Amino acid sequence: MSKALLYDSTMCIGCKQCEAACAAQNKLPYDDRVAAESVQSEHKYTVVLTRQDKFMRRLCMHCEHPACASVCPVGAFHKTAEGPVVYDVWKCIGCRYCMVACAFAQPKYEWQSLNPRVRKCIMCPERVKAGQQTACAEACPTGATKFGDRDDLIKEAQERIRQNPSNYVPHIYGLTEVGGTCVLLLSGVPFEQFGYPAPNKVGDVPMPEYTMRVLSKIPDFIPLWAVVLGGVYWISHRREDVAAVEAALKKDGGAR
Amino acid sequence: MKFKLTLWKLVFVVIMGLGVYSAYVRYAHGLGAVSNMNDQFPWGIWIGFDVLCGVMLAAGGFIVTGAVHLLNIERLHSIVRPTVLTAFLGYCLVIVGLCFDLGRPWFIWHQLIYMNPHSVMFEVGFCVMFYTTVLFFEFLPNVLERFNLKRPLKWVKNVMAILVVAGILLSTLHQSSLGTLYLIMPSKLHPFWYSPALPFFFFGSAIAVGLAMTIFESSLSSRAFGRQLELPVLIELGGALLVVLWVNALLRFEDFFHRGQLGNILKPSYEAYFLWLELALAFVIPIALLSFKKVRHSSNGLYLAAVICLLGFVTNRLNVSVTGFETWVGHHYVPKWTEFMITLSIIAGGFALFGLAVKYLPIFPQEEHRVANRVAEPRPLGVAPVLEHAGD
Repeated sequence: MSKALLYDSTMCIGCKQCEAACAAQNKLPYDDRVAAESVQSEHKYTVVLTRQDKFMRRLCMHCEHPACASVCPVGAFHKTAEGPVVYDVWKCIGCRYCMVACAFAQPKYEWQSLNPRVRKCIMCPERVKAGQQTACAEACPTGATKFGDRDDLIKEAQERIRQNPSNYVPHIYGLTEVGGTCVLLLSGVPFEQFGYPAPNKVGDVPMPEYTMRVLSKIPDFIPLWAVVLGGVYWISHRREDVAAVEAALKKDGGAR
Repeated sequence: MKFKLTLWKLVFVVIMGLGVYSAYVRYAHGLGAVSNMNDQFPWGIWIGFDVLCGVMLAAGGFIVTGAVHLLNIERLHSIVRPTVLTAFLGYCLVIVGLCFDLGRPWFIWHQLIYMNPHSVMFEVGFCVMFYTTVLFFEFLPNVLERFNLKRPLKWVKNVMAILVVAGILLSTLHQSSLGTLYLIMPSKLHPFWYSPALPFFFFGSAIAVGLAMTIFESSLSSRAFGRQLELPVLIELGGALLVVLWVNALLRFEDFFHRGQLGNILKPSYEAYFLWLELALAFVIPIALLSFKKVRHSSNGLYLAAVICLLGFVTNRLNVSVTGFETWVGHHYVPKWTEFMITLSIIAGGFALFGLAVKYLPIFPQEEHRVANRVAEPRPLGVAPVLEHAGD
């Protein structure tokens, strides 16, 4: 069963313990200066955004059908059975198609490096595999970030909205977006205010389907097109042969 | 040989010098130092121009070889060799460009072992790799003839038909797939340019540009190398270009119509200005020009229409790859000067290599005597002298 994270922004107090825990887990520098940065980057996989008294986390959504894994020419990304979408750096050639393709703009790049890597939240795959929760969920003092089975978390999220409908926008972000994600979000204000693509804009269709609609036709297209091209060649050259034979016959006939 | 420094040689040297400096910055300090690409704009002009436009501008190869070898249109034969040369150089330069753009170009061969068949990029990469190989063999007769290697020449000529069919097949796939690359971003790319029909548009524009580029390159080399212009051939290409532009334009119109964008494209907006520029240069002006028989039958008229058309489709690809993302990102991407220099020096290198190839290989074999005895002629074209002396 797939694991997931449920982030309930109404419970978040903006303490940024998740940021610090994430940095520690991934051996990234973390100090007041990094804490003050309000954008994700190659050294900050998750960020807690603040708008007045509202908070919102940004992190990799760990899509059920990840665009990054689908577009990578060398398959450097893959979705694990437990849920995390992970990255094999030794395969990566640095084309950055993953960054362009991600609807949530999550993959970040080491622009200053001479051997750059793509960086993003990988949902602590070793911890998850060992049955532990992610570092951010463990660090969260209020339970705003909660780790668990995706199905259980969905039920819990639905329950929270039902019990306190006035607290929430009536939507679990990630339940159906791009075919479902392993990070589920609850919020009191529209998700777009924090840079999430609007649910109606990003849609429920898994992103890889858009390209597979075309790619899946290629195996049929190749032999078909090859036969057509070969046929054109044959016909156009056959005409030449026929013309030559006819000319010869004519000449022959005239001589007789 | 006496070395004469001309203005264009100086420009070439300056561009190459700045290009070498930019290449140094790229490999000594990284992509962040050499470019204005960032996490919001991971693809800049090295993808938008060097790859997307480079592949498109090299499309003449599969079109002209297809017309001559497949459709058996003998009268186009004289332009096959220069067109194949342009295409071969074009693809080589795309690969050179990629080696600047890829973050870890030393692992480019991973394509061969870690294959992901679900990736459009994988398909494009493989097609480009195979097609460059095909172009190499299509180009090889030039070298074999030069060194009078008759037997291998015969082998290559025996398989030419297969090479040409393979070339068209591979080109159909990757020219359209460059458009398919963008299908996975329906929520990011502006609706003016995001369309399920992108693969068809990319293929259609490749055919238009392949024809326009062949006209451009023939006109240019006729002036640079003092060759007789194959005007009847170019007139034929111009006619074909007009038809292809009409088909492209109608498809675009249909697409705007079916996606309900017709109202939006008329409303002034940042994207609309770029779209108007693109549509004017790619369709309105060239179609208007080529509709006049007088223009279609004059070398200067054809040249002008071809250049405007090329600029139009280059604008189109830059719109798809850059302009179309600016609203989603929320800010503009303007390439850094070093980014421009890499691109410019790749283009300049292409011109120089073309000149070298023409000088030392039988690209225009039937006219060698004329080149040898040529007298000074008026050169109305700016870039032509670069070609002429490129081999010095």
